[in-house]
This record gives sequence, structure tokens and C-alpha cells, in this order.
Amino acid sequence: MFRRLGLTLGLAFTPLAVQATGEISDFTLDNGLQVVVVEDHRSPSVTHMIWYRAGAADELPGQGGIAHLLEHLMFNGTDDMAPGEFSETVEANGGSDNAFTSWDYTAYHQTVAADRLGLMMQMEADRMRDLVLVPEEVETEISVVLEERAQRTDGSPGALFNEQMSAAYYRNHPYGQPIIGWRHEIRELTIEMLQDWYDLHYHPNNAIVVVAGDVTPEEVRALAEEHYGPIPANPDTDDQESRVRPAEPPQNALRRVIYEDPRVANPYVSMLFPVDETLAYDLRSQATLELLRAVLSDSDFTSVFARELQIENEVSLFAAAYYSSTNLDNRPFTLLNMPIPGRSLEQAEADILGVVEDFLEEGIDQAAFDRIQFQWQASQIYAQDDAAGQARSLGTALTTGYSVEDWENWLEVTASITTDEVMEMARALFAQDPAVIGHLTRPAPETEEEEVSQ
Amino acid sequence: MLTAPVTLHAQAQPATEEIEPVEAIIDIQLVTSPGGIEAWLVQDNSIPFMAIEMWFDGGGSLDRPGARGATNLMMALLEEGTGDLDSQEFAAAQEGLAASFGFDTYRDEVVVSAEVLTQNRDEALALLRGAIVEPSFDEGALERVRQQVISGIEYDLTDPDTISGRTFNALAYGDHPYATSLDGTVESVAGLTRDDIVAAHRSALVRDRVSVGVAGDITPEELGALLDELLGDLPGSDLPLPEQAEFMAPGGIEVVEFPVPQSSVLFGNEGITRTDDDFFPYFVMNQILGAGGYRSRLNQEVREERGLTYGISTWTGLSDYIAMHQGAFSSSNDLVAEAIDVVLAEWEDLSENGVTAEELEAAQRYMTGAYPLRFSGNGSIAGTLAAMQADDMPIDYINTRNERVMAVTLEDIQRVAERVIDPETLQFVVVGRPDGLEPSN
Repeated sequence: MFRRLGLTLGLAFTPLAVQATGEISDFTLDNGLQVVVVEDHRSPSVTHMIWYRAGAADELPGQGGIAHLLEHLMFNGTDDMAPGEFSETVEANGGSDNAFTSWDYTAYHQTVAADRLGLMMQMEADRMRDLVLVPEEVETEISVVLEERAQRTDGSPGALFNEQMSAAYYRNHPYGQPIIGWRHEIRELTIEMLQDWYDLHYHPNNAIVVVAGDVTPEEVRALAEEHYGPIPANPDTDDQESRVRPAEPPQNALRRVIYEDPRVANPYVSMLFPVDETLAYDLRSQATLELLRAVLSDSDFTSVFARELQIENEVSLFAAAYYSSTNLDNRPFTLLNMPIPGRSLEQAEADILGVVEDFLEEGIDQAAFDRIQFQWQASQIYAQDDAAGQARSLGTALTTGYSVEDWENWLEVTASITTDEVMEMARALFAQDPAVIGHLTRPAPETEEEEVSQ
Repeated sequence: MLTAPVTLHAQAQPATEEIEPVEAIIDIQLVTSPGGIEAWLVQDNSIPFMAIEMWFDGGGSLDRPGARGATNLMMALLEEGTGDLDSQEFAAAQEGLAASFGFDTYRDEVVVSAEVLTQNRDEALALLRGAIVEPSFDEGALERVRQQVISGIEYDLTDPDTISGRTFNALAYGDHPYATSLDGTVESVAGLTRDDIVAAHRSALVRDRVSVGVAGDITPEELGALLDELLGDLPGSDLPLPEQAEFMAPGGIEVVEFPVPQSSVLFGNEGITRTDDDFFPYFVMNQILGAGGYRSRLNQEVREERGLTYGISTWTGLSDYIAMHQGAFSSSNDLVAEAIDVVLAEWEDLSENGVTAEELEAAQRYMTGAYPLRFSGNGSIAGTLAAMQADDMPIDYINTRNERVMAVTLEDIQRVAERVIDPETLQFVVVGRPDGLEPSN
């Protein structure tokens, strides 16, 4: 059955018959709460997520980390529930729950048997308005968050380096601050600041509920009306149209970041290229940037960077491009190059910029581009396997300036983008100098003379 | 693509060492190919793709003397070309089919996994067959991947969690393969020859030690033919499997000095195997002690009450040649001694007093309720089916599992706690600069 196929494999394109994804429904309650439902009846479970349009980039100066700290404290009890009772109830029902914070959103989610959805909504609606903050619990949770920061950031040279790169890139916009906050600011957060943050942002008209799994839109609507419906909208909380953050001035001065750490095993260079501010919220431009990233580095073997730097010239251990289109405001386009041992970071800079220059001249290999397009279309089939993943993807899109329609049109738009459009984007992007170039490296060893003199 | 960016999670994910089947909400079929290869199948035609996972018994522990890391390097080379295809042509073919392949090495098995679209299933699996049965092991690719593996080993030498794991294993397992990293060392990997790679391939990918799980859009008949095509040309095994391991760590606290602000702690001692009569009481006890997310005793005492860590968990580590009971957390250097004292106090309390009726009831409710929810997604179902067979679990285990959890009594847990929970023998490895704990090496 298999063997006769031989070498024609790489050319075996067939048009992809994409089936309809799980039906997506979208409605808004009278109090402004948006509800999105992804139906998937293959397994008797449901994922319930609530997303607040409030993240680390919405924090007041001096209160870095408050969005994330409040996320922790949302598990500490309400006027109706004892501290910890939320998670205990989810567990007692055989479910799991967690939460996460980013620059643009804070989200809470539970996965439970489908018949427990009402209970999840009841508890989530309760803590949307009636959270009780207790000084001792705030103090303990600050300790936990400081441990979390130590584990995630302080224990990792790469994470510390990224934090410094962002801080160097953004001079005016709050994306320059870490989501978890700086250690000195986390320590100074107070219960009053937390209460103000909660009162400003935790309202139905600032939230999106996404439900994915073995439910119907009618069931979800009835339960949402019952549990979230009675909570009034807060007229002081505007929708995300009003989330205007300080704009960046023009990126016209190159900054260099040198972060040395004895724990660095393989030094690397990272370069941040500014993306035109006017491209934010433009679906086609953002999809084009994602395609450019994919052409440069999606494959370990066939993408431009892997082929040129790792396989053919063997000057890199690893080279990649990064870009994320799901942010309320623009983030930079990043190139990273980890040279082979013995090659300097200065050479690594020149190596990757040289490949970019060649790429701008030679253009995109059409066969490689077709493969990426086909893989992205196929990803729509694979994605149907994971209803909870779709819920997360939708919630991210909806809290970063996209609509449900945008989300549904994403692949169609992507499929219509041409290599010419990607090259035009690449030329505009790389016509600029990087705004920040960073080196993550080890401290220079002590000189031989010093060693001899000992 | 519209996927989530980096975010922060409020609670550590619980360790998921335990592989569990579901209630009869999924229908598992035993498929035997015309050539005699068996697979477990959950057929679901609602999405036009299938996932397959193949577990080959033996894994990194089959490395021959002097060739530590050969199995791991060999598996990394499987996607580097077959037949007339070099690594880039192989990748281009795979990408053109939108198939995803995985080649992973563990202590006790190597695992090959794939997700393939129905519309080009035969082409995708023909490509996978080439990788498994007739890999090229091209010298150029060998040198490049060797360098990548070595840089990974160097990175691991700077990672406190990896250091604690390796230190623990070195203390625990004497000259058993479990004592050393299956990645090998910089020196051992530098010394591997192409012949070592070919020998590792011959030893690891054998048709008489494979367990196959499949989920998704395929019929039993189609699967039968596919199994013979995919695996029929593999040889039988030529190396014996490893011996039982013996737990040799002395207990107490081992400190590895390392310049980090937070200490990484791994602890454990010998546990109970799945075939032991006490396995289910032990499994439920561990849920109460440290595996159950928020409500576990250790999470309550170390994180919620005292804020000494971001996350702590314990797990029942069921390797093929020893059962371990282990746990891990990280705490700032000035807090880690206190955190260890709290863990030891919990060990003492559990061994003396067992658990309460409320705790047992809550754990049983959680474990039986959560059970059916774990099986969503073709990939995870295929993996679970393969793992269940690799662990010699019967195909009807799924129907008895919840009953066995519910049958556990307070007396059972008391007996098991006395048997395995002993603060004297508990071995801690601390990597960092902990205040008030003297380095002993």
C-alpha cells in the first residue's frame, strides 16, 4: 500500500476539503457580557472561561504586577465562599481550574463534566462582584508571587534577558514592564490598590465568557442569563475601545543590551525590529507578518534560517524569528541567532542579517510557501480536536482587538496572501535598523595573567 | 497565527505521572493485523485525521556499555532522512502532507507518534515507515545533531531542576541505567560512532516489543493493513531488557551548591508498583498528600498557609524496573530549610495518623469524577492506549478502575502510609545556596 509512492511525496498536494469547524455562536447579554459558544459533543465535558479586558499593560504606574496578583487572590474567597472553596468545589466535582494573566487580559477557566456548567457560572459570577480581600491572605499571596517570580524569571538567564530587552524596547508603552511585575513593586502592592483594580475592571461589560464542549448555545444562554444576567453593568468601565495606552515615540536610536550571567550555556543575539503602528488591528497585515515569520523559521529543516544558518553553512545551533499578532498594541518582530561554539555574537549578528539580505534579494521559494499555506489550512482540522484550545484561542483574539468574525476569517485571509505581499512586508520591516540588539552571554573569563599570579 | 502568547499561570500544573484509562465512555477495539501485530483502537470518524502512538519497550536503558546517549541520538536522527530523501527533502515531504511526527526517548521506551490527515494517510505513513525502518543515519546529519544534543546537555548543566534530578538518580540507582542521563554526557555523545547509532536502532525499534494505540478516523480493517506496512519489516529484539533497580539513597539532605536565588528541591523514596495489592490505597494516599492540585496537604501547608513556594507536588513514578514516590518544589534560598521542615512534618503526620475520612472521600470524588474528562483528543487517547498496553494493563481495566478507587478504606491508607512514608529514609536533593543547610558534597 505504501511503498510504490516513493519520491513524489513532496509533490503530493491535493486540495484540502476542510470540514465546518464546531459551530460557533456569539451573543451579548443586556449587561454587556459577551458570550461565545464552541460546540463539541465528542466528550461529555465542557471548558468554561471568563476573560477580563484588563491586563498588566493597564496597570497604574508604580503598581506593576497588580493584575497578576489579583488573579491569585480571586481564589481566596467571597462573601459566600470561604478562601480556597472555589478550587475545592471544582475539584470535588472532578474538574480542574486555573487562571492566567497577560498584558492585555486576565482569564479564569474550569474544565468539568458538562452538567456542572451552571455551578461554574454561579461561582464565577459570585467572585466577579463579591470578592473579599483579607490582609493576611494578601501578604501570603505576595510571598507566593515572589516565589513564582524567582522560579519563572530570576532563575532563568533567558527570562531575565527578555525582560531587559522589552524594557529597552518600550520607552513609553507599558509592554516594557513584566507581566508579573518588578520585585520591588510587587512587594509594595497594597490591599487598597487591589480593591481599586478589582472595582474598576471586574464587571460584565468588561468580560467575555467562552464555553466550549458538550453544550448547546441555548443551554449556555439560559445559564448565562441566570447567573451573570443579574449583575449590573458598570458605566465607569468602558469597553476596550477606550483602552488607549501611551504611544511609542519613533524608534530612531539603536539601543544595545548586554546581559551577562555565568549560568548561560549557549550565548545568543536577539534583535527587535519595530512594526509599523498603523498595522495594528489590520487582519491582513498581521497575517502577512505571521506568514513572514513562518517562512523564515517555522521549520527546523526547510525554513530560510534553518536551511542557511544551521544546515548549509553550519554557523548556528539555532536561529528563529518571532512575532505575535495577538496583542492589543504592536509588538516588535524578533530575530534570534545562537551561534555554534567558537563563533562570536558579532559574527552571529552579521550571519543572520546576511541571510535576511539574501532573502530580500532572492524572494520566497514558492514550493515552501505552498507547504506553509497547506499546513495552516490543515491546522483547522487538527484544531477541532481540542475544544478547550479553541476557547483559549478565541478568548485571546477577542481581548486583543479582533472580532469573532476575524477569528473565523483568519484562515481564509491567510490563504489569499501572496508571496509578493510577504516580500513587500519583509522589505518594509528590514529596511529599518533594529531598535534593540541584545547579547545574552557569560561574563568574560578572568585573564590568564591573573590566574598565573595566584 | 491566533494563538495565545506567553502568559502566567496562577497555580503550578499538577504532575501527571499516572496514566489512567476511562470509564466505558470510549470504546476500545483490539485490532490484530494479518501479520500478527496488535493495536488498541478508538475509532472516531468525526474529524478527518488519526493519531497513532507506538511505544517500543526498552528505551534509553538499552544503551550498550560505553555508548550512553546512543538511543537518544538515534531517535533524533530518524527525521534526518530515509531512502533517497535527505533531511530537508524528508521535512519538505512531511510538511507538504501536513503530517506531524514525533520521535522521543524515555528511560523504558522509545515512542514514535504521528497525526495524519485522512486524505493523504497512506502517503504520510509511507514516509513515517521509511523513517522508522530505513533511516539513513547520514554522517553529515549525525555531526549536526550530535552538536545540538551536546549543546542541550550543556544547557541542562545550568538548569537547577535537571541538576537535582540527575543528582537524585546518581544517589539512588547505583550502576543501573537509571543512575545516569539517557542523553549521555558531553564526552559520551562526542564519542558515539555511526555504528553505535545503527546498533541502537537495531536494539530499540523491534516489532516484538511494540505497543500501539490509535484514535481517530480509521476502520479496524484499514488499521490492520497499515500496521503490517508500518512495522512488519522491523526485526525482532536482540538485547535483553534491563534488570530490576534497587533504591540505594541513604536518606537525609544532599546539597548541591549552585549560584541561583531560589533552591530547587527533589525528594523521594521507593514507592509501590501497579501490580501490588496496595497500589490503589497508595495511589489515593498520594492524591491526598501531594498530587491533588489545590487541596493537597503539601499545597495547603507549604503554599497556601506559609507562602513558601509557588508550587509543590508529589507523584507515583512507575518506571518499569522500580516504583518511586517523589515530589518537587522550589523555594527562595532563605525559605527552603523551613519548607523542608514542613514537608518532613507532613511525612511524620501521615505515617503516624493516616488521613481523615473527609480527605479520603474528597479524593475519591475527585479521582473518579475527573476520570472521564481526561480523554479528549485523538492524540492523548492514542498515547494512553499505547501506555496502558506497555504497562500490561488489561483492556477491561477501564471498567474496574473507579470501583477500585472507591474501595480504598482509611485502614488501607494507614497500612500503606506505614509501609512507604518514612521521614528517616526520605532523600532530599537541594540545588542552590540554601541558608541553614550545609552542602555535603
